[in-house]
Amino acid sequence: MSGAIVTARGLSKRFGNTVALDNVNLNIEAGRIVGLVGPNGAGKTTALKAILGLTEFDGELSVLGLDPRKHRDQLMQQVCFIADVAVLPRWITVEEVVDFVGGVHPRFSREKCLAFLAKTKMKNTQRVRELSKGMIVQLHLALVMAIDAKLLVLDEPTLGLDILYRKDFYQSLLNDYFDEQKTIIVTTHQIEEIEYILTDLLFIRDGRIVLDATMDQIGERFAEVMVNPDKADAARALKPLHERQIFGKSIFLFDGIDHARLAELGELHKPSIADLFVATMKGTYA
Amino acid sequence: MSTALPANKFTWLVKREFWEYRGSFFWAPLITAMIMIAITLMGLITAEVTAHQHGISINGFDVSKITAAMGADDVEKLHSALDVSLLGMCFPIGIVLFFVLFFYGIGTLYNDRADRSVLFWKSLPFSDTEAVLAKVAAAAVVAPVLAVAGMIVLQLGFLVLLSLYAMFHGVNALPLLWSPTHLVSLWLKLIVRIPVNSLWALPSIGWLFMCSSFARSKPFLWAVMLPVVSGIIVSWFKLMQSFSLESGWFWRHVVGRLLLSLIPGSWMWMDFGPNNLARLGNNPLEMADNFLSLSTLASQLTSPDLWLGAAAGVAMIAAAIYFRRRRVEAFA
Repeated sequence: MSGAIVTARGLSKRFGNTVALDNVNLNIEAGRIVGLVGPNGAGKTTALKAILGLTEFDGELSVLGLDPRKHRDQLMQQVCFIADVAVLPRWITVEEVVDFVGGVHPRFSREKCLAFLAKTKMKNTQRVRELSKGMIVQLHLALVMAIDAKLLVLDEPTLGLDILYRKDFYQSLLNDYFDEQKTIIVTTHQIEEIEYILTDLLFIRDGRIVLDATMDQIGERFAEVMVNPDKADAARALKPLHERQIFGKSIFLFDGIDHARLAELGELHKPSIADLFVATMKGTYA
Repeated sequence: MSTALPANKFTWLVKREFWEYRGSFFWAPLITAMIMIAITLMGLITAEVTAHQHGISINGFDVSKITAAMGADDVEKLHSALDVSLLGMCFPIGIVLFFVLFFYGIGTLYNDRADRSVLFWKSLPFSDTEAVLAKVAAAAVVAPVLAVAGMIVLQLGFLVLLSLYAMFHGVNALPLLWSPTHLVSLWLKLIVRIPVNSLWALPSIGWLFMCSSFARSKPFLWAVMLPVVSGIIVSWFKLMQSFSLESGWFWRHVVGRLLLSLIPGSWMWMDFGPNNLARLGNNPLEMADNFLSLSTLASQLTSPDLWLGAAAGVAMIAAAIYFRRRRVEAFA
C-alpha cells in the first residue's frame, strides 16, 4: 500500500522573532519509518506538533487527508503519539488508563494491550507515579501498540532510559507493531541506535529540511574514504563535506562523487548517520 | 474491536475526572460527615458525663406520651426544628464542597499542562470541547451529588446516634426522629437544589476554568487577584457611580459571583443581599421552612441574576475551550 500520509507545502511557524519552521516541504509515504533528525532547537518538535494538531502554523499541511488544526480529535483515531518520556498522568493506575483508552478509542484492542503488559512487571493497581521511567514507557508503548493506527509519531521516546529499555522498545516496535500498513516518524538524539530500522531520513536545521532521502539513496550518494596523507590533497580537491583525522590518516565524507573514483583514493565505507549528521550540522551552535 | 459511542465516550471522560479527584469528590464529603458524627458522639458523651455529675436523670421518659398529646401542628413544628439541626450540620460539607470545587476549577485545565500529561490526553480521539464539558459535568453534577450523598449519610448517622442515645435512657424516640416521608421529602429538597446551585455557580465554574485554561503560570493568582483588584479599583474611584450604582453592587454581582457562587445555597444571601436574608423569616424555624420551600426555589429560577450569571458562565466556558485548543503546554 502506498499514498501520502503526511504532505506539507510551505509549512512555517515562528515564535516571536525566532523561526521554528521555515517553508518546509515534506512528503511521507505509507509503510515508511522516517527518522527526523536535527540539533536541539532545529524545529523537530514543532514539526511534530504541527502534524499532531498541537500548534498553529502557516502553510499547507495534510495528515491522512485531514487538516490537523481543525480535526485533531478525528485524526487521533488514526494517529498515535508518544512524546518524550513520562507524559502519562502520574495519578492514574495501570488498570484505569487501559480502561480509559479502551473507552474512548474505537481502534484499541484491550486483549492486545493486556498481552503486552503481561510481559512486564507492572501490576494493575500501580499508579504511574510508582513506576520507573522505563516501565512508564513500556506502559505507553503497550497502549499505543494495541491501537490499530496508520501513523505513529515518536518524539524522543526513549529519552533518559537505559540501553536495555531502549533496545527493547525498538525491538517491540519492529517485531510486534510495524507493517507495511503503518508509518512511523521518530525523532531521537541516539541515531546510532535506530539507524538500522529507518527507511527514510530527514535532516532538519534551523527550521529547514537539509536532507530528505531514503536509506538506499544515502548509501548511493554518500561515501566515506580513509585516505593516506599523500593522497589527501587530491581528496580535498573533490570538495568533501567533512574531514577528520584518525591514526595519521584523513577520513573524508563525500556527497555525490562517483564511488569508483573515490575507491582510488583509499578505503571506501558507508558513512554512519551519526557521521553524516555531524558533517551536515557543523557550525550549528557556533 | 469496540466502537466508542459518543455518549459512552463522554461517560469515560467524566469517569476520568472522578478517578483523578476521587479524594476531593468522594472522600472529602464522606470524611467531613464522619467528623461531624464523631463530634456529635463526643457531645453526647459530654452531656452524659455532665448530667451524671449533676445527678440529673432523664430515664424512663416516654416521648410517645408527649407526641400523643401533641397536635399535628406541634409535630410539624418539631419536625421543622429537626430540619434546622439536620440542615445546619450539613453546612461544613457545603463549605468543603466549595473548597473542593474552587481548587478543582483552578487546577483542572492547568495541572496537566504543567506536568505535560496534556500531551497524552491530546493524543486520544476526543475533542477539547468534549473534555472541557466533561469537566463542567464533574463540577456541576458529580461533585454536588456526592456532597448531598455525604449529607444524607451524616443525617442518618446523626439520627442513629440520637436514637441510640435515647434508647440508652429507655426513651423510644423512633416515631419522632424516623418519619420516612419526612426524611425523604427533606432529601428530595436537597436534591432538587443541586441544579439550581449549579446554575447559580456557572459564572464561578466558567471563571475558574477560564483562568485555569488561560494562565501560563499561577492560575490561582489570576483567578483571585483579578476580581479582587478590580473590585478595589472600582471602590476606590467610585466607578460604579457613573451607572448610579454603589460599589457594593460590583462586589456582590461581579466579584462575589466569580469567586463565591460555588458555595451551595449562596444565592439565598447573595441574590437577596445581606439584609434580605431576614426576608426568609423571623426565627430559625421559619427560615428553615422558607429555605427549603419550593416557592423560594421557584422564585430563584425566575431571577434574572441567575440566568445572566449562567449566560456569562457559558461564555467563559467557551473561552476556556478556546484556550484549551491553543495552549498545549503551560510555558509554550
